[in-house]
Amino acid sequence: MGITSKPVVFAILSAVVILIGTTVTVFVPLFMPSTQPVSAAIKPYTAVELEGRDIYIREGCNNCHTQTVRPLRTEVLRYGEYSKAEEFAYDRPFLWGSRRTGPDLNRVGGKYPDAWHYKHMQSPQGMFEKSNMPPYGWLAKNRLDTTYSYKKTSILGYGYSENDVRQQIAQYHATVTDGTYSSKESRDQVTPPELRQELTEMDAMIAYLQKLGRDVKNLEATK
Amino acid sequence: MSEAGYNYRIVRGFAFSALFWLIIGLVVGLWIAFEMFNPALNLTPWLSFGRLRVVHTNGLGLGFGLAGIFATSYYILQRLTRVPLPFPRLAQAHLYLFNAAIALAAVSLFAGMNTTKEYAELEWPLDIGVVIFWVMFAVNVFGTLIKRREKQMYISLWYIIAMTVTIAILYIVNNLEIPVTLFKSYSIYSGANDANVEWWYGHNIVGFIFTVPILAMFYYFLPKATGLPIYSHRLSIISFWALIFAYLWTGAHHLMLTPLPEWIQTVAIAFSIFLIAPSWGSVVNGYYTLQGNWEQMRTNYLVKFFIAGITFYGLQTLQGPLQGLRTLNAFFHYTDWVVGHVHMGTMGWVTMIISASFYYMIPRITDTELYSIKLANSHFWLILVGQLTWTITMWIAGIQQGAMWKATNPDGSLMYNFLDTVTSLYPYYRLRFAAGVIYFIGILVFAWNLIMTVRQQPQQSEA
Repeated sequence: MGITSKPVVFAILSAVVILIGTTVTVFVPLFMPSTQPVSAAIKPYTAVELEGRDIYIREGCNNCHTQTVRPLRTEVLRYGEYSKAEEFAYDRPFLWGSRRTGPDLNRVGGKYPDAWHYKHMQSPQGMFEKSNMPPYGWLAKNRLDTTYSYKKTSILGYGYSENDVRQQIAQYHATVTDGTYSSKESRDQVTPPELRQELTEMDAMIAYLQKLGRDVKNLEATK
Repeated sequence: MSEAGYNYRIVRGFAFSALFWLIIGLVVGLWIAFEMFNPALNLTPWLSFGRLRVVHTNGLGLGFGLAGIFATSYYILQRLTRVPLPFPRLAQAHLYLFNAAIALAAVSLFAGMNTTKEYAELEWPLDIGVVIFWVMFAVNVFGTLIKRREKQMYISLWYIIAMTVTIAILYIVNNLEIPVTLFKSYSIYSGANDANVEWWYGHNIVGFIFTVPILAMFYYFLPKATGLPIYSHRLSIISFWALIFAYLWTGAHHLMLTPLPEWIQTVAIAFSIFLIAPSWGSVVNGYYTLQGNWEQMRTNYLVKFFIAGITFYGLQTLQGPLQGLRTLNAFFHYTDWVVGHVHMGTMGWVTMIISASFYYMIPRITDTELYSIKLANSHFWLILVGQLTWTITMWIAGIQQGAMWKATNPDGSLMYNFLDTVTSLYPYYRLRFAAGVIYFIGILVFAWNLIMTVRQQPQQSEA
């Protein structure tokens, strides 16, 4: 075999061989709009939801929770409508996950009130004695950093102006700090007094969780 | 030494780096295994499961795996080309940069700087570090090959070339991201495309780190350790090209029944089944090499590692494609079955082959004999029993959880809520932790044996 005495040719040939499957199954689909379709029914994350998503990423929640419901009978029974490609158009990175130590979260939005999440994140074992989820009460002790919120949404191409982002943050801030907020009692229980008038990381995380899967009904209506 | 100034310092440096990261990675592994049934160990944000799991996978995959590969590659390259490393100082810089990058990787992952893309979690500045040390490695690989004194390149060198080229492409394409700050970036791909690129990477990083270079070791060290030539050169040629061709089509079997276009999933299933052939090409080649000399399983402690290792590779490459089939995948995916599958490959195949390669290599580069063959045998049995208990426990746990997720009452409603399916696994998680401890003790014996080997006085008689 001549090629085994020509290392550079061997390397080039290896690269060609590995790039064939790569091109067909990865590079070509990147340029096919059908791989990641976009629908007007699916809205991008607000700045606060996006900050929550970044905390979800930072804490590695994807290591235990998937975000893709498969089109299987028992799975749809357990979680709800199966996942559609359009729902992920604004997901960079994708967070489908690979292991369900905890349940899938793609349909968790709207399933429980905010109060449930405040209590559950503070102490999963307080709610479910035998749960193995780590507690995340400390997220309520961290003020939400929104320094880069606008930069983030503009990198992701969500089309918000700087003012939009400021308004989204102010609006969510007003919602959770309002005296009539329906989950006020639970929020106050987990949030230290000095942060009760501020947005915390826990607030953003819950905003993100409540967004998951909420647009799928609109998407189904357009089909 | 009479061996034309081969650079063994670098081999030794990487071998002991591998041992170091192996022990760190396993300690983290034991910690998270304990957290699975006792969440009280999530003491601080830094020790929470979500952050620690990636320290475990990166510490072992990049830290232990890559260091082991670099150590053996630098050794094999020099021996098979019969020239010393052309750029020894570059190799030394590679060693320092590598360890600095892995240490920073561990710290940054502890701190939550994490892109979430599996086995590519490092943030962008560290990605650049990885690319730089990979280029440093590649310069010595091709430098050695170009200056070689042996006309034909032996099988192991093909695998090293394929790894060097492919990892570079995989790593760069999957890690393309736009920085927000020094510690945060976003993938340039969105949704289904990001998933497709990631699992093309994720599957092939396993292929070209946990398969291809390990086969390079197997093809080199098995004949060396046994004094027997590889059974079939032709079979190794066919296996090599078929393996590296087919591997790249199969990533989407990690994305079965997700919103990824169905044709990509189906192509991945077809090529996964095809991959059994070249994988078993190497398994058969290994077994037949020992034809007529099977007594070496008893008389030569190294052979046990190689044959058990290639057997786990064979089982792994049967189990993998079967898990990719849609019906089986619908049942097994997202359960502990897959966790068991991965660990048979890493704890069985990868670690067995790297262990035997180090046992062969370290005494030779330090001009001495192995400190204790008895300890090497204990190491073998401890990691074998630890690994088998570990993986079989997880397969059973996976079957149980998969069945519980699917179980319905006569009226069609679900039989178990999600929490029931988790808590019913705790007995398995306890057993898995115990198995991990046995395995870890085996690895401590391994490390001890190698440390004692290099601390002995060199012997002049050994050539």
